[in-house]
Amino acid sequence: MIPSAFDYAAPTTVEEALGLLAAADSAGDDVKVLAGGQSLLPVMKLRMADPSMVVDLGRITGLSGVTDDGDSLTIGAMTPHHVVASDPLIARHLPLLAKAAATVADPQVRHRGTFGGALVHADPAGDMPAPVLAMGATLVIAGPNGERSVDAADFFQGYFTTAVREGEILTRIRVPKFTGWGAHYEKFTRVSQQWSIVGIAAMVRVEGGTIAEARLGLTNMASTPLRATAVEQALAGAALTAEAIAAACLHAAEGTEPASDLNGDAEYRRHLAQVLAKRAVLAAAGL
Amino acid sequence: MASSKTITVEVDDVSYTDDVEPRLLLVQYLRERLGKTGTLIGCDTTNCGACTVHLDGVSVKSCTMLAVQADGHKVTTIEGMATDGLLAPLQEAFHQCHALQCGFCTPGMIMQSASLLTENPHPNEQEIRDGLEGNLCRCTGYQNIVAAVKSVADGTVYGDSGVSTTVDDAETAGVS
Repeated sequence: MIPSAFDYAAPTTVEEALGLLAAADSAGDDVKVLAGGQSLLPVMKLRMADPSMVVDLGRITGLSGVTDDGDSLTIGAMTPHHVVASDPLIARHLPLLAKAAATVADPQVRHRGTFGGALVHADPAGDMPAPVLAMGATLVIAGPNGERSVDAADFFQGYFTTAVREGEILTRIRVPKFTGWGAHYEKFTRVSQQWSIVGIAAMVRVEGGTIAEARLGLTNMASTPLRATAVEQALAGAALTAEAIAAACLHAAEGTEPASDLNGDAEYRRHLAQVLAKRAVLAAAGL
Repeated sequence: MASSKTITVEVDDVSYTDDVEPRLLLVQYLRERLGKTGTLIGCDTTNCGACTVHLDGVSVKSCTMLAVQADGHKVTTIEGMATDGLLAPLQEAFHQCHALQCGFCTPGMIMQSASLLTENPHPNEQEIRDGLEGNLCRCTGYQNIVAAVKSVADGTVYGDSGVSTTVDDAETAGVS
């Protein structure tokens, strides 16, 4: 399968990329930004997208990599999933992100696919948005009027829709450190490399025999990732026991609006959310 | 009409410069422009891994990459794995362990296995299976594939099987 013909530009700076996007926009081009291409290219090959212009960010230096900012890490938008999954700083301070990234698709896709690309693509079944939401990350977007920062809670706006507007580029993601928290990403798939039918991103901070704090993000339980706030509240201060965790995770489907599709109907997904939340929190808590 | 781009790509240690349409996929460039038909197109939808090659030493699915994205980079295909006419250790292991039936998935399996062993030289069986999750064998031959990769990871040294690596012989072996 071959994509429709398109013009291609590979800028070497963010400024050049923004200029190309602005020029393409005023020329009436339907422009797409190419990061790792592991979602965009399949969509273009299926001709579900047929942009007249593609701006490839792959030649811009400085959009990839991990830096330590003291109380947070900053991750370049073009950092590939396999780096997010294996970077020592991320493993130490953002274990949830490392574990989720390690489950994305398959090794070849993780070599090419990027963290920022997956967030801007905003597939409800994608694995990276829920951890980013659960950790309260800040997303930095560059546009014609400079940079702006958007909280993860405001970033994901609907099916495949984010706060990144036409003519803008996500450049980096700042995530507060969760050093010492236990974390686990539990997903349910029909085939190992396929999209999550439901996924749970769970993080807990244990003090003594108690869960002091918990954060949970839900994948594919609505058109956007969601926080499982009812589970978080039930876990806060709960005893570090399988029974207490199981009881708290019965709230996992509250406030969700899962889709029904060939992989399962909404009721099935609500049930999965409870089961997977329990597994995820148990694993995150080391039980 | 979209304008073509000039790319220079090093493929299997040879540098090529070509004008390509931006929409040309890397796998099409390898097969149709360079004649490197050892890299196969299976599903053409990023699932099966038959088209796996190395880009700067790490595995990628060449059906899910544009040739223009490879400009200035180094690509290694299955045809670049043998040295001095001798099969690479993984190729020899696949041969000796009978890690193939129809052979269609084999080039991609070997390229992904090589990438896996670069990142994790001593994987256990589960890590090998996880590492090959993006490669499908529809002959259901995973058992011997995993055994072949494990044997290389464990340091098994196979003698030269005498299998030639010339293009002609590769074609008669059914991997064209």
